Amino acid sequence: MSDLLFFVEVSLAGLGSGALLSLTALAFVLIYKATRVINLAVGEILMMGGYFFLAFAAGWGLSPWLAIPAAIAGGALIGAVVERGIIRRMLGESPISVFMVTVGLGSVLVGIVELVWGTDPRTLPDFMGTAPVFIGEAYVSRKIAISFAVAGLVIAVFLALFRFWRGGVALRATATDQAAAYACGINVPGVFSLAWTIGCGTAAGAGVLLGSIGGIAPTMGAFGLSALVVVIVGGLDSVAGALVAGLAIGLVEAWTGTYLGGEYKLVFTFGILILMLMIRPYGLFGTKEIERL
Amino acid sequence: MPDAMKPARLDVEGLSLSFGGLRAINDVTFSVEPGSITALIGPNGAGKTSMFNCISGFYKPQRGAVRFDGEDVTRVHPPARARMGFARTFQNIALFRGMTVLDNIKLGRHAHMRTNLLQALAFFGPAAREEVELRAEVERDIIDFLEINHIRHMPVAALSYGLQKRVELARALAMRPRILLLDEPVAGMNREETEDMARFILDVKEEWGTTILMVEHDMGMVMDISDHVVVLNFGQVIARGLPHEVQADPQVVAAYLGSGDPAALMKRLAAEADAGAATGGTA
Amino acid sequence: MRIATANETYLADEALIRTRTQWAWTAVLAAGLAAAPFALNNYWLYLACLVAINVASATGLNILTGYTGLVSLGQGAFMAVGAYTVAWLDRNVGAPFLVNLFAGGLMAAAVGILVGLPSLRVKGLYLAIATIGASIILQFVFLNWTSVTGGSRGMNVAPASLFGTPLTTYFQLYFVLVPIAALMVLGAANLFRTRIGRAFIAIRDRDISAEVLGIPLLRYKLLSFAVSSFYAGVAGGMWAYFFRAVGPESFTIVESIFYLAAVIVGGMGSILGGIIGATFMTLVPEVLRFGVEAISPYVDNAGTLLSPVRTVVFGALIILFLVFEPQGLAEIVQRVRRFFHLWPFRK
Repeated sequence: MSDLLFFVEVSLAGLGSGALLSLTALAFVLIYKATRVINLAVGEILMMGGYFFLAFAAGWGLSPWLAIPAAIAGGALIGAVVERGIIRRMLGESPISVFMVTVGLGSVLVGIVELVWGTDPRTLPDFMGTAPVFIGEAYVSRKIAISFAVAGLVIAVFLALFRFWRGGVALRATATDQAAAYACGINVPGVFSLAWTIGCGTAAGAGVLLGSIGGIAPTMGAFGLSALVVVIVGGLDSVAGALVAGLAIGLVEAWTGTYLGGEYKLVFTFGILILMLMIRPYGLFGTKEIERL
Repeated sequence: MPDAMKPARLDVEGLSLSFGGLRAINDVTFSVEPGSITALIGPNGAGKTSMFNCISGFYKPQRGAVRFDGEDVTRVHPPARARMGFARTFQNIALFRGMTVLDNIKLGRHAHMRTNLLQALAFFGPAAREEVELRAEVERDIIDFLEINHIRHMPVAALSYGLQKRVELARALAMRPRILLLDEPVAGMNREETEDMARFILDVKEEWGTTILMVEHDMGMVMDISDHVVVLNFGQVIARGLPHEVQADPQVVAAYLGSGDPAALMKRLAAEADAGAATGGTA
Repeated sequence: MRIATANETYLADEALIRTRTQWAWTAVLAAGLAAAPFALNNYWLYLACLVAINVASATGLNILTGYTGLVSLGQGAFMAVGAYTVAWLDRNVGAPFLVNLFAGGLMAAAVGILVGLPSLRVKGLYLAIATIGASIILQFVFLNWTSVTGGSRGMNVAPASLFGTPLTTYFQLYFVLVPIAALMVLGAANLFRTRIGRAFIAIRDRDISAEVLGIPLLRYKLLSFAVSSFYAGVAGGMWAYFFRAVGPESFTIVESIFYLAAVIVGGMGSILGGIIGATFMTLVPEVLRFGVEAISPYVDNAGTLLSPVRTVVFGALIILFLVFEPQGLAEIVQRVRRFFHLWPFRK
């Protein structure tokens, strides 16, 4: 097989996983955009999505058409409960405290998964088929192609949503100044709940897709760390940034993984993170925060 | 009294500051004489706080210079200015809420102290001596002076607004400043607190001899204690001089609408009424 | 009930221990710590040594996160630097173990300064994320710089030796680890009686004001990273001499979360909090182990439950304390003390 063809195939696979990174990054962005909280537990909620699908599809024998929405709903439910029960109580505390709460949350979720399902990796029941997909002469795994399509669709929907729906402005208003948003008649608690519910649901959906490709394990949350890099590079409050940066980092990880070795992937990704933080902390598309004296 | 540092002279020369297309300060020149109390006044949006931020080093003006005893300090960073002798208070109180009053005040002296890391870890020896010396000096020169003995061990978050502002002044004094920049020192205070603060500021001038530049809205206080007043409007100086001169300046009155002397206003109204009666019209 | 103390010098007013009763309690505590090893069995000695190590590390993290306000998820990585330095020096240079510990601290401090450099540009959450990144990059180094770190197999550490005797039992190690930890805690307490500690707190509370007062922000933030990482490095070295082996699995982000939890649970910005938090977090897994053993007759494979239960409990503790008692156990202790100050005249 020619080198060029191999490179194209690696790149396509990278774009595919990049799309999933973008989808996960979208979850971060949604929650941050509305509530100014960086939810480090998104990776663990992604993991829960995968395990919920396992429980519904394998454990209860539901068809994938039911199990997938159920898994997403499960993730959304976790988001809603956490927001209402914990995050709401921390309103007014420093963002660092809330960040640490999400760190704790991630820990709790990992522990629960290990308790219920054990620490060994599992495979998810197949629902996408294995017939290979060819783009020109390049082979792309069917699962990756489907994941790319789904992720792309969802992100496109959200991009359109924020562009054309006045709810996008409401979202930003709520994040910037809650009291003022309230005064304008925006249902602030409602916006918070919505952001967390949809954000966590998205993460769970990404988890189902990711799990179908590579299996599920309690360590899946690490994907969330790569997605964190994506949001920093793209901009914490930018959906477009999540898309661009996700695809870019997906490519970088695929190239370093294939040509340098698997252990170099994370190092490169986080090297990019540090570089970005030093050069352009607000990311490619993020809004700069100005501190008033 | 404390070995006061020699009071400094401040000169602002041709300062211009823009934010994008907005000209906040337009070619402003004025001087602050050493050891005097100078007030910078003007309506809201006149550029006073921007001016202050330029003088204390947070904004870099596009043109012009700030001179400290003749030396150009326009590009010097705030920490370096602190070592040169600039002290500043903030409009919204900028005390450290996690500390007591005493610790906040001691922090004022940070730049002049010499304890290094190793001495700090060991404490006994040079660090302890410096701490005790600092404590004695702060108690004698500042806490007694500003009458805050009774609250010195309290966390600042528990204090009333007026006392917090006084602690902020105390902290600024701990820097042994050669020029003291006060940003609205009596904002939000009631009559009694304002009089106390005015008295303290006068005491600082008399006993410490520090040069004082303040931004203030409270006209009564400004006219009572200032030696010199500079009036800004729309980023430009529209009047300067002694308080009573500036007060009578028609441009200033126009800018403020009604900051004139009420007695003069009454006389003017009475004169107009007489003139109206003389011509037979209804007044 | 405590009646106000009459101090005659400012030095007395600023002292760490101010009243006769406090001196008495301190003496009791010191005597207790000195005598304990003769009364405790091996299991408790093991725990005591582990507590000493964790207290040292948590105190370091408290300086950085609790007092200076720079959240760091890199404490585990800094400890690893110290541990690997000690292991390497032990194998290749025959220096005495105290020198090795000190070198481990210095190495970790150097790495800490590097990791702190992003604070030039970012703060708060972004800095915390940078420390996560640094942690992962360091992990990669530990795993792949095989010539120095032994790669995935790790390194063994020969026992430390004091005046010729190798320290192999927990009894012996206790008398080395506990005094070192105590000295480190004392140093930290002293730090916050001086201008350097105050500057750290100022940076946490309002860094713009700190700048106006003449505190150079970057220098002090890096200093905080350096001191805190030094503590972590020494703690890591102690860890290496205690467990006698170090590998890339010894210090991961999970350990960093452990120390962060210790600082949060104990009370951020309080030396006492660091001590209480580290002790508490070290003992929690033991309590859990008891619980798991207690139910093992009723539940199969109860032993495998221990690790996940511990993970859940750690996470839950972080959440519960941040939501309900953000000032940690130290605050609860202070409330009890205040109660007894006024007892029996409570109101």
